Amino acid sequence: MDKLIKIRFYKDRLFKGGIILLTVLSTVPLLLILFYIIKQGISSINWDFFINLPKPVGEKGGGIVNALIGSGIIVSCASLMAIPFGALVGLYLSEYKRDKLAYWVGLSVDVLQGIPSIVLGIIIYLWVVKPTGHFSSLSGSIALAIMMLPPIVKSTEETLKLIPGTIKEASLALGVPYYKTILRVILPMGLSGILSGSLLSISRVAGETAPLLFTAFGNPFINTNILKPMSSLPLLIFNYAGSAYEDWHKLAWGASFVLIMMILFLNIVTKILERRWKIQF
Amino acid sequence: MENSILKVEHLNAFFGEARILSDINLEIPVNQIIALMGPSGCGKTTFLRCINRLHELTPGARTEGNIYLFKDDIYRMNLIVLRRKIGMVFQRPNPFPTMSIFENVISGYTLNGISLSKLQKEEIVEDSLRKASLWTEVKDNLHKKGTFLSGGQQQRLCIARSLSMKPDIILFDEPTSSLDPISSNKIEELLLNLKKDYTIIIVTHNLQQAARTSDYTAFFYLGELIEFNKTQLLFSNPAKRQTEDYISGRFG
Repeated sequence: MDKLIKIRFYKDRLFKGGIILLTVLSTVPLLLILFYIIKQGISSINWDFFINLPKPVGEKGGGIVNALIGSGIIVSCASLMAIPFGALVGLYLSEYKRDKLAYWVGLSVDVLQGIPSIVLGIIIYLWVVKPTGHFSSLSGSIALAIMMLPPIVKSTEETLKLIPGTIKEASLALGVPYYKTILRVILPMGLSGILSGSLLSISRVAGETAPLLFTAFGNPFINTNILKPMSSLPLLIFNYAGSAYEDWHKLAWGASFVLIMMILFLNIVTKILERRWKIQF
Repeated sequence: MENSILKVEHLNAFFGEARILSDINLEIPVNQIIALMGPSGCGKTTFLRCINRLHELTPGARTEGNIYLFKDDIYRMNLIVLRRKIGMVFQRPNPFPTMSIFENVISGYTLNGISLSKLQKEEIVEDSLRKASLWTEVKDNLHKKGTFLSGGQQQRLCIARSLSMKPDIILFDEPTSSLDPISSNKIEELLLNLKKDYTIIIVTHNLQQAARTSDYTAFFYLGELIEFNKTQLLFSNPAKRQTEDYISGRFG
């Protein structure tokens, strides 16, 4: 009898140990990647790296200011398009969950999430770049905005669905019209969810290369005109890492380091906001 | 009845095809506490939600018949005006979680875009919280979130929120069912204080609560109004067999 219990006890320990081991293993790739990129990239990082343009082949140094500004503009424009739009669609899905339209919209959003980013890039090339006749950062932003939509819609929908119906009824029972109830009671309660979904989707598309290849295209100079080609961090990494020159490889490592740090930072900010703005019902 | 505030005529309520209430006729006297009782699913909550037209919010729900507030047909009144005149307190306390205690009490005004001076706001908040017997407990913490209060305090905060709109009638949907006995007692005492200024309609599962607090009681069973009478009469000398069975605990 005692022996049997002992065996069970060891099985328990073994099981628990196995789970922990696998959990730790799953973080190993991330740690390795971080370690390697820091090792390769940190040497390029200095003040000049952030304020200079890339130098021509053969010259030492140079920076990535064009890509930093470009990434900032492209992602900001994409966010401006995707966040309000996605939040409103999410609101519709949570408010009218029984509607047939809501069912089909929900399904399309799921399918949209599965469309490869390169395909989106090509489609925006055909729909925006070709008709307008030139590459532009705006077309890149549109491609990224489409990629951002599904996670924003989903996180908004899920957050708003958790809000108890009686809170909405409390507002309506005070004589508050429906639209004001939504805008001033329901949406503020869902703000943390909408915001964290948005930040996560930003950090996700900030590293996207494929949708930008045929749209924003890249630019070795600083450009702030959204109707002209523009560089971005992932485009710069893609172009320079694929080149044959040691100096350009170094620049690409430095840019990777900056990009990963930005994404890490966004993720941490998201976690903090989620915790701080969490609303108790 | 001379001083009736609410008159219900041939009210039927449906969820899709299912008839929840059939042919309810009732006159509710002013400044009294009216208890609606009956077993689960008898339609008493639906009846309550018909009075401020929250019933229609559910997809597929509809009503037939008339309800008059004083002389006005509530189905022809502006919905927003109607709900300001008929306040409601729900089963579970539901203060707005993004708002402080102060903001919760005044929310009926701010959310409706009615602008008030700071002084007016403070007066309304203090007055409403006093009437809801919550003022002394929260007066030093008015700017803390309402959701930090205990369940009973939250429920009184919700009562204060309704009172702030100065309604004619306040509907209570089992307001004490999620509270402990002490908090429930406080709410019951509060109801007795409130009836000099308001007409109170309360849904309750608790027979003692109905007997203790109400002036009139309506007994609902299977979507019908079986009996409506002065509470004392209804409990001591029920006219209908079903009422007697229910209050003596034979079913429900």
